[in-house]
Amino acid sequence: MTTHSTSRSELSLRTSVRTGKPMIEARDVSIGWGPEEVLLEHASFDVHEGEIFGILGRSACGKTTLLRVIIGLEQPLAGELNIAGIGAPVLEGDRPAYGVMFQQGALFGSMTVGENVALPLERWTSLPSAAIAAMVRAKLRLVGLEEAVHKMPSELSGGMRKRAAIARALALEPSLLFLDEPSSGLDPVTSAEIDRLIATLARVLGLTVVIVTHELGSINAILDRCILMDRDTRSILASGPPAELRSSPHPHVQHFFNREPEVA
Amino acid sequence: MLADSQVVRRDGKLALAGELRMADATLVWRKLRELAAGQKDRLDIDLSQVGVVDGAIMSLLVELRDDLSTRGVACELVGVPSHLEPIAHLYGAEQPPHAKPEPVREDPVSRFGRAVMQVVTTVEHVVLFFGDLAASFGRSIRVRRTANWRAIPAFAVRAGADGVPIVVLLNFLVGFVMGFQTARQLQLYGANVYVADVVGISVTRELAPLMTAIIMSGRSGAAYAAELGTMRVTEEIDALRTMGFTPGPYLIFPRVAALALVAPVLTLLADVVGTTGGVFVGQTLGVSARGYLAELQTAVFWSDIWTGLVKSFAFGIAIGLIGCQQGFVTRGAAAGVGRSTTSTVVLCLFTIVIIDTLFTVVFRTFGK
Repeated sequence: MTTHSTSRSELSLRTSVRTGKPMIEARDVSIGWGPEEVLLEHASFDVHEGEIFGILGRSACGKTTLLRVIIGLEQPLAGELNIAGIGAPVLEGDRPAYGVMFQQGALFGSMTVGENVALPLERWTSLPSAAIAAMVRAKLRLVGLEEAVHKMPSELSGGMRKRAAIARALALEPSLLFLDEPSSGLDPVTSAEIDRLIATLARVLGLTVVIVTHELGSINAILDRCILMDRDTRSILASGPPAELRSSPHPHVQHFFNREPEVA
Repeated sequence: MLADSQVVRRDGKLALAGELRMADATLVWRKLRELAAGQKDRLDIDLSQVGVVDGAIMSLLVELRDDLSTRGVACELVGVPSHLEPIAHLYGAEQPPHAKPEPVREDPVSRFGRAVMQVVTTVEHVVLFFGDLAASFGRSIRVRRTANWRAIPAFAVRAGADGVPIVVLLNFLVGFVMGFQTARQLQLYGANVYVADVVGISVTRELAPLMTAIIMSGRSGAAYAAELGTMRVTEEIDALRTMGFTPGPYLIFPRVAALALVAPVLTLLADVVGTTGGVFVGQTLGVSARGYLAELQTAVFWSDIWTGLVKSFAFGIAIGLIGCQQGFVTRGAAAGVGRSTTSTVVLCLFTIVIIDTLFTVVFRTFGK
């Protein structure tokens, strides 16, 4: 079976691994680029174990910044973030507790795709090189890219680069995966393939996945719950399952889900 | 920690048991390899006693199955408990053994042929690049907006004014060292005052233009390559094309013009500080500053100075063109920009020496 052939019924099984235990707790978190440029103020939310959680919002509302704060690349202006098992997010020097896929993939251009996936395994395990090669091939097979193991990232299309980046993010078998706009900028078929891949990985491997997106297709297809950020009020406008948000009477939420321009 | 009993050979099978996670992957891998070594006929992997298995261990089991199959040993993952079926399915345990993709290896003749063709293509690109530039030069003078001439002052400040401290420091030290190295020889013949001749002529004719050009290669040439290379990989140059610009003249001419203008100015400054370095050496030899300057006036002619300035003008043009050309041919991402920057510095140094040699031959031939 390839991940691309995952059926719709398999996607619906995904929720069976949810435990309701909080994996990420954000309390009164404010983010931004200093007191003059606050993007989100006093926001609180939980991400539960085993769910696919979306951070939604219009462009420039601070979705990616919130993701960067959660994974520890930026500091919050105020508030507390807690990731199950490690407390505050920690980077550098420790084996990563989570996998991250950046918006453009962030594959290292001087290495082959296989070397990109092998990099965290070489750093954080003492596995012999044959075992690392086996794991790299398996991860690339998961994302349908086994044939690209010896290719350079510059030889890949945008969708392939994103899939390779997901394979690298999965290399250390994390239980928590962060994906920044995994299906944006791709054609509908590739975008749907990536959505299915994420749903399959979450279901089979029991991953908790946090996705930054504004793709309505992805939101409806794979998210269990989400928050909708608003740049004007610098707050979380709504939170809950996408179906609930779609029926929210709030005009801004309606504009977002119905793709309507906001007329002043 | 993995117990020995978790990976054993039982009833002609490799039997695994308990919880198997990535932390135990190294031990599991070694144990599996050890138990499977020398197997001739069939060897299945029995997972019936396994409680938990993660993706890392499943990858290794599938790899072992594939390896054994390649060696002609029939192997399957058997007794997979129902709760592990999804992960076994995800990692392709039920599929036929996977063939390992091999990197394409070229024979030496093909490699040689490819290398030759690469050189030919590079030369072709360079010729076309400079041909295009030369063809568009006239037009960019006539039609002002073809080239971004307004950017010249900003580039001149970056290449010139910002580089003054390093040019002053290095050329002063070069003049000082030059004087110091020759002082001892001159003392032997009682020709102390000629330190001004040695420093003055060598600095104005060779050292000041060369040192300034070397500094400009590292500062401006490399910066141009990195800047234009990044513009290339981020499609900014393509964006210019879609807006009707011809990127060559628009981006390159102001940069090259700025370097051609500031190179002689910096060299003139280098002449002054370089010969000043010799004054201090003169003092140690008992030559007063006044005596040093008087000797300098008799030894150094205007022709020495302007030949240096002409050379530096040519160096400026060469450094600018090389930096821009290397930036324009950048491919790939960050690594490509790094390669272009490195090639720029190497090519600039090579070209500077070639140009210097040509000028020296020409000037000597015509008695300058």
